Amino acid sequence: MTSAPAINQPKAAQTDPDAQPIEAALVGAPNCGKTALFNAMTGATQKVGNYSGVTVERKVGVATTPAGRKFALIDLPGTHSLRARSPDEEVTRDVLLGQRPGERVPDMILAVGDATNLRGALRLVSELKKIGLPIVMILNMIDIARHRGLQIDHVALSEELGIPVIPATAVRRGGLDELWSAVDPMLEAGLDAPQPSSWAVPSTHDMRVSMREAERLVKTHVIQPPEPDTVSAKIDRVVLHPIAGPIILLAILFVMFQAVFSWAAPFMDAIDWAFTSVGAAVTQLLPDGLIQSFIADGLIAGIGSVIIFLPQILFTFLFILLLEDFGYMARAAFLMDRIMGRAGLNGRAFIPLLSSFACAIPGIMAARVIDNKRDRLTTILVAPLMTCSARIPVYTLIIAAFIPNTKVLGGLSLQGLVMFGLYAAGVFSVLAVAFVARYLFAREERSAPLMLDLPDYKTPILRNIALGLYQRARVFLRRAGTVIFWAMVVIWFLSTFPMAPEGATEPAINYSFAAIIGHFVAPILHPLGFDWHIAVALVPGMAAREVAVAGLATVYAVGGENGLIHTLSDQWSLGTALALLAWYIFAPQCISTLAVIRREAGSAKWMWVAVVYMFALAYLAAFATYQISALLGAG
Amino acid sequence: MKASPIENETCKCALPLGQCRRGFRGTLVSVCPLAGNDGYDADELELRLLELGFIEGASVHILHEGPFGHDPIAVRVNDTTVALRRAEAMAILAE
Ligand SMILES: Nc1nc2c(ncn2[C@@H]2O[C@H](COP(=O)(O)OP(=O)(O)OP(=O)(O)O)[C@@H](O)[C@H]2O)c(=O)[nH]1
Ligand SMILES: [Mg+2]
Repeated sequence: MTSAPAINQPKAAQTDPDAQPIEAALVGAPNCGKTALFNAMTGATQKVGNYSGVTVERKVGVATTPAGRKFALIDLPGTHSLRARSPDEEVTRDVLLGQRPGERVPDMILAVGDATNLRGALRLVSELKKIGLPIVMILNMIDIARHRGLQIDHVALSEELGIPVIPATAVRRGGLDELWSAVDPMLEAGLDAPQPSSWAVPSTHDMRVSMREAERLVKTHVIQPPEPDTVSAKIDRVVLHPIAGPIILLAILFVMFQAVFSWAAPFMDAIDWAFTSVGAAVTQLLPDGLIQSFIADGLIAGIGSVIIFLPQILFTFLFILLLEDFGYMARAAFLMDRIMGRAGLNGRAFIPLLSSFACAIPGIMAARVIDNKRDRLTTILVAPLMTCSARIPVYTLIIAAFIPNTKVLGGLSLQGLVMFGLYAAGVFSVLAVAFVARYLFAREERSAPLMLDLPDYKTPILRNIALGLYQRARVFLRRAGTVIFWAMVVIWFLSTFPMAPEGATEPAINYSFAAIIGHFVAPILHPLGFDWHIAVALVPGMAAREVAVAGLATVYAVGGENGLIHTLSDQWSLGTALALLAWYIFAPQCISTLAVIRREAGSAKWMWVAVVYMFALAYLAAFATYQISALLGAG
Repeated sequence: MKASPIENETCKCALPLGQCRRGFRGTLVSVCPLAGNDGYDADELELRLLELGFIEGASVHILHEGPFGHDPIAVRVNDTTVALRRAEAMAILAE
C-alpha cells in the first residue's frame, strides 16, 4: 500500500509506469465528502458521516483507473486552511508540506469542494495552489447542487483557475464517471513537476483577499436558485427549538435504550437457545470429564454468555450510525454546548462523547478535532466514563437478574428505565468529573470558543449503515474469538485445577487456584459486597468488560450452577448487584481504551491518571452503594 | 438600511452579532475581535471567522438560539449554517 520512503523530497514528474506509484491526496473542508470519494475510488470502507471531523487520521488506499492504471490515494482529515490548529488538521498540513518523517510529499492534490458551498472550497484551492503541486478540483455533491437548482459553470471555472474542475457524486453509482475519464489521460500525459512551495501562514489580510476572490468566482460562475434549501431549515426549526430541541434529544436517547432492551430481546433469545442446545448436545455426546467440562463450561458457557449481547450492541450502533449519517450530531452539540461549557468542555466535545456510547476508542480519537489542548485532554480523560456498548452485557445481566420485567408508567419497560438511568449516570459523571477538573486546575481560564458547521441533513445511506454494523459485528465476534476465548481458557483452568481431593465435601471449585486467588483479593472487595466469585471475574475483566460476564458464567458453571441469571439472583444480594453496577459505571476495565488514551494524550502519565481516578471513583461508588443498601436492609 | 444622517456618520447602527436575537437579518459590516475576548487571540479568531465566510458584505441571519441562556447561536452566513458562542459573535458587527 505505502510506497518506499524518500524523506521530504518532492519528486520529478512521473511518466514511467514502472516507477513508484503516483500518490494523490484528497484535501478539502470538513464534511465535503472526501472519505466518501476515497471509498468509492479505492473500494475501501472507511468511516463516513454527516458531521465535521469524522476522519482524524491519514489513510492510504490503491485506486485503479478504468484503463487499469494504479495510483495511491490518501484520505486526510478535513480542514478550512493549512494553518492547522488542531491535531487532525496538523496531519493534513504535515502530509502536504512533507513534514512527516519517512513519507514523501504526494504527487498531486485532489482538492474536494462541496458544490453547494463553493466559497470556502475555492478559497482553500487558492491556498493549496501555493504549495506548488498539480491540483485537480472535484466539485463533489453535485447531485445535491443540481437538485437545488444551482448552476455551476465548471468549464469557465476551470479556465479561470487554470486547473481541471470536475463535478462528481461520491455516493451514487456512476457519479465518478467524469472524474475517471479525466484521470486516465492526465496520468497518461504525466503530471507536471512540482514547483517550489511558496505557502506561508496567511495573515488576516491574505485571508480577506483570497476570500474576496473566491466570492467573485462564485458570483461569476454560479447561478444561485432564488429560494435556497429549506428542508434542513424546516427540520432545524423543530430540532433546535429552545424547548422542543432538548426534549427531542432526550427522547431520542430514551427510545434508544428502550429499544436496545425490547427490540433486541427476540434475537438474544435465539442466540441463547442456540448456545444452550449446543452445550446440551456436547454434554450428551462427550463422556463426563475434563474435556466435556472444558468445552461445555469453559467455552460454550463463557463465550455464549458474551455473544448473546451482540444484538443489543448492534442496536446501539444502529442508532448512533443513523444519527451520524442524518446530520444530528452537530445539532446535539449545539443543544448541549451551554451545559458542556459549564463543565469546562467544548460543545464540540459532545460529538466524541456521543460516539463513545458505541465505543470509547473512536470517541477518544475524535477528540482530535478539539483545538484547545486542555479541553482535548479533559475530553480524552472523561470519554471512557460514557456508557460504551461493552458495558451492556454486564448491565443487562444484572438488570435481568434483579429488576423485574414489568411495565411502568403506561408501557415503559422498567428494565429499560434502569438502563436509561445507568446511561444517565455515565453522562452525569462525565460532566461532574470535567467540572471538578476545571475547578481544581483551570479555574481562571475562559471556556474555549465553539465554531461548528451545522451541515444540511442527508438521508442516511443504507449501505453505509449496513457496513458500519457489519464491521462492528466482526470486531465483536473477533474479540469473542480471541481475547474472550483465551480469558475463558485461563479462567476455566484456574477454576478447575487443582482438582478437589478425594472425599471432598465442598464443590470442587472451592479447592481451585481461582478460589485461592479469589480469596486473596476478596478482602479488598469485601466492603463492596463482592465475594470471591466476583473477584475471579473482575480481575481478568480488566482486559475487556465483557470478560467479566463470561468469567462469572464459567465460574458458576464449573461450580455446577445452571443459568447465569438465575444463579445470580439466588446467590447475590440486591446490594451486591447494585454495587457491581456502580463499579462498572466507573472502573477502567478495558486495556485497549487505556492504550488509546496513552497514544492520544501523548504520554503514559495521563493513562495512569485515568486508571487511578477511575478506580478510585469505582471503589468509592461501589462502597457507598453497598453500604447504603446494607443499611437499608438490602445487603 | 435607510440612510439617515445620524446613521451615516459612522457605523453607529452596526450591532455586534453577539447581542442580536433570533430572527436578526443583516449585512456584515466588520470583523474586529478584541484581544482577550475569548480563548483565541484576536488574529486567530479573525482568521477563523473569515474562513467560515464571515467577511464584510456577507449576509447574516440568526436562525436559532441555544436552549440555555440563548447561547450559542446558529448563524446562516451565505450558504452555510455555523454555530457560534455569543462571546465570539461579539467580534462580528452587522447592520
Ligand atoms: N448526496 C451526496 N452525499 C454525499 C456525497 N459525498 C458525500 N456525501 C455525504 O456527505 C457526508 C460527509 O461525507 P464524508 O465522506 O464523511 O466527508 P469528509 O469530507 O470525509 O468529512 P471529514 O472526514 O469530517 O472531513 C456523508 O453523510 C456522505 O454520505 C455526494 O456526492 N452526494
Ligand atoms: Mg473523512
